[in-house]
Amino acid sequence: MGKSTYRRSGYEGIVVTAPVSVPYERYSPEPAHWWLARALSELGKVSGLVASDVDGLCVSSFTLFPDTAAGLTQHFGLVPRWLDHVPTGGASGVVTLRRAARAVQSGDANIVACLSGDTNHVDSFRAMLTTFSRFSQDASYPYGSGGPNGSFSLMTSNYMRTHDITRADFGKICVAQRDNALKYPHAMMKKPLTLDDYMNARLIADPIALYDCVMPCAGGEAYLVMREEDAKAQRLPCAHILSTVERHNSFPDDPIQIRGGWALDVDELWALSGIRPDAVDLLQTYDDYPVISVMQMEDLGFCEKGAAHDFIQSNTFTYDGSFPHNTSGGQLSVGQAGAAGGFLGLVEAIRQLTGGAIDNAVPGARYAAVSGFGIINFDRGLCSGAAILEAA
Amino acid sequence: MTEALQKPPKKNPQRRTDSPTLPPFARSRKAIAFTTAAAEGRFALQVCADCDHVSYPPREVCPKCWSMDLQWRDIPDGGKLIAETTLRTSVNTYFRERMPWRIGTIQLDAGPSVLAHVHGDVGEFERVRMIARTDKSGQGVMLALPEKETPNMADDRQLRTLTCNPKYRRALVTDGRTELGQRTVRALAEAGASRIFVGIAEEWRPYPGSEELRNIPGVEIMPLDVTDTISVNELAAEMGDKADILVNTAEYVRPGSPMQRHGVTLARDEMETNYFGLLRLIQAFGPGMKARGADGDNSACAWVNLLSVYALSNWPVYGTTSASQAAALSLSQSLRRDFAGSGVKVINILFGPLEESWRQPLPPPKVTPQRLAETVIRALTEGIENVTVGPVAEDIVRRYREDPFVLERELTQLHMGA
Repeated sequence: MGKSTYRRSGYEGIVVTAPVSVPYERYSPEPAHWWLARALSELGKVSGLVASDVDGLCVSSFTLFPDTAAGLTQHFGLVPRWLDHVPTGGASGVVTLRRAARAVQSGDANIVACLSGDTNHVDSFRAMLTTFSRFSQDASYPYGSGGPNGSFSLMTSNYMRTHDITRADFGKICVAQRDNALKYPHAMMKKPLTLDDYMNARLIADPIALYDCVMPCAGGEAYLVMREEDAKAQRLPCAHILSTVERHNSFPDDPIQIRGGWALDVDELWALSGIRPDAVDLLQTYDDYPVISVMQMEDLGFCEKGAAHDFIQSNTFTYDGSFPHNTSGGQLSVGQAGAAGGFLGLVEAIRQLTGGAIDNAVPGARYAAVSGFGIINFDRGLCSGAAILEAA
Repeated sequence: MTEALQKPPKKNPQRRTDSPTLPPFARSRKAIAFTTAAAEGRFALQVCADCDHVSYPPREVCPKCWSMDLQWRDIPDGGKLIAETTLRTSVNTYFRERMPWRIGTIQLDAGPSVLAHVHGDVGEFERVRMIARTDKSGQGVMLALPEKETPNMADDRQLRTLTCNPKYRRALVTDGRTELGQRTVRALAEAGASRIFVGIAEEWRPYPGSEELRNIPGVEIMPLDVTDTISVNELAAEMGDKADILVNTAEYVRPGSPMQRHGVTLARDEMETNYFGLLRLIQAFGPGMKARGADGDNSACAWVNLLSVYALSNWPVYGTTSASQAAALSLSQSLRRDFAGSGVKVINILFGPLEESWRQPLPPPKVTPQRLAETVIRALTEGIENVTVGPVAEDIVRRYREDPFVLERELTQLHMGA
């Protein structure tokens, strides 16, 4: 059938603000509800808003069972007129941003609290893996890794072979992120990391070694979406949303994942933003494994597909480097707090653009690109998204 | 190249026997069909009846044309290894104690790419031959084999977790008086079984082939009468901890429908051997085997039931015998649950009329005891749980799959000349 054409509108007048990161813990006896509540409580402190001010709620969490965002409204004393529960894991930061921004833009809500949080009990990560998704349960976990390590090692070895990239390239990214984490107060990994440490680390699933993997932990991340005039009235430093995209199950016929949905949507992303990749001051990629960060750099147009090796070798990736990337240390050095891992990059980008970053501030940051990737269903990540933000 | 399996050392009785741990066993309902095919040694995936698209993992709807008519069909088993890894650690307790473990992505000739266990002799980016088998949790998994036979191929560590190879294992054959029992013993010896305990009831009664039986390497004649609880229990007490494989060759067969019988004596004898005999063996040997499912290279691994295909649907010519076989089949299904989680497979072999004296007047095609014995070895070495042997059995199973109620009518209707 024919398709009608309708040009997507931008997000004029809509802002993100109040970046909140709840300090992570390796293991927590508290439930996910506690981590989301703490994130909400911090949002209140940072913004000065109270429950009656917030009329929209968007939640992302894996471990909230048996509750969803609906049950949390009563728990949190909210009476929202707009509610969403986003299940896109590592893409949930960008996806909640898109949902909330449209809700505010249309007037369905005025102020949306976007919350993410998960707990990590001793042994709960293992338990969660066994019930993560039907395709994983049927076709991936029976093969041994008991988690995404296996699928990602296959993806990584294939990517290294077909895209001329080396472990040292991945290592450079990981080491830079650790350097960034040393300047970010809430990072869990505080031991300096050298390229030698990275290269000589214990193998987990060839070619993936210890420092290619994130550490599961408990934590929360949150931010607010509202109209710019409301942010100004509340004296909240904020950032504009220039452009966003999301995509799910892109390239289903690729026998093994070498690209994500960004490759389908990259032109629209930049066209709507009005800027080009070279104008971007900092990039936050979803870094569950470094190969995915590299895939995002290529698919989002920061370098040509297959040219990441030269790009990595000719840039530095610390907050004060030539290409600031994952400036808080990313999940690889801060830790992976379940669905909050999908918020981590976005919240850090808002912090950088609103003057909230202290020791790891990117000098003169104006434009940030944020990218998400989530839901490893069987053999590949399904959800991808990206957003371009500009300091207000 | 696979290193040849070494004979396992004698067990140190002071050392603790490892408890069986399990690979992940949770599956969706759709995936059970994959397991069912794997248990038969078939490599089957869903094929769309409308557009022929082959899809994986198991789905409810064709992702190409949204047809709901996805059929499990045997598909070509060829493919190519396009990425591989060796896992060094796992959060799963079963794999954790078996590291390192090789897995890979295989692009199937039939279309989809799949994640699978990879045999040690498969080289990078080589062509492979896929098999589907049940793993220690009893669920279906895939393994990529080298396209061509390699030396000691069956000894591959990962492949052996899916099979019940008799090599260096100890077996109990419950009745060695019959040709079937003796052929089975010989086939087990040829397949590398290190000790074969052979049950003989009332040994003082002579039987054909006894001399040859004794001369088979590894054979130990043991007193066993499956109709006698004390006899079964005594044998289990003596060698039950060495039963890695149990092949129940005991059977009692008499022609006749219920109305052709006078009284229940024969029917009771049939039940004593075919049903209660199996039950006695299960109670005496089952718990010991279940506890030894992870006991090294000669772990307990298989319980083999030889059942008449008329266990599925009664053949009135052998009406009461069929009923006792049906009871045994039903019991074997319950045994699957008893052994679930232990790593011991229940292998059911359904055979058509056997070439032996109590089935003497039946017309061909018949199954020779030698063919049935070879089938036992094939099921063990390949790790297949459900096998049908002989043209009659294959015909009955095919009809049974199509419609068991129609089959019942076919077997019980009046026949010309019968």
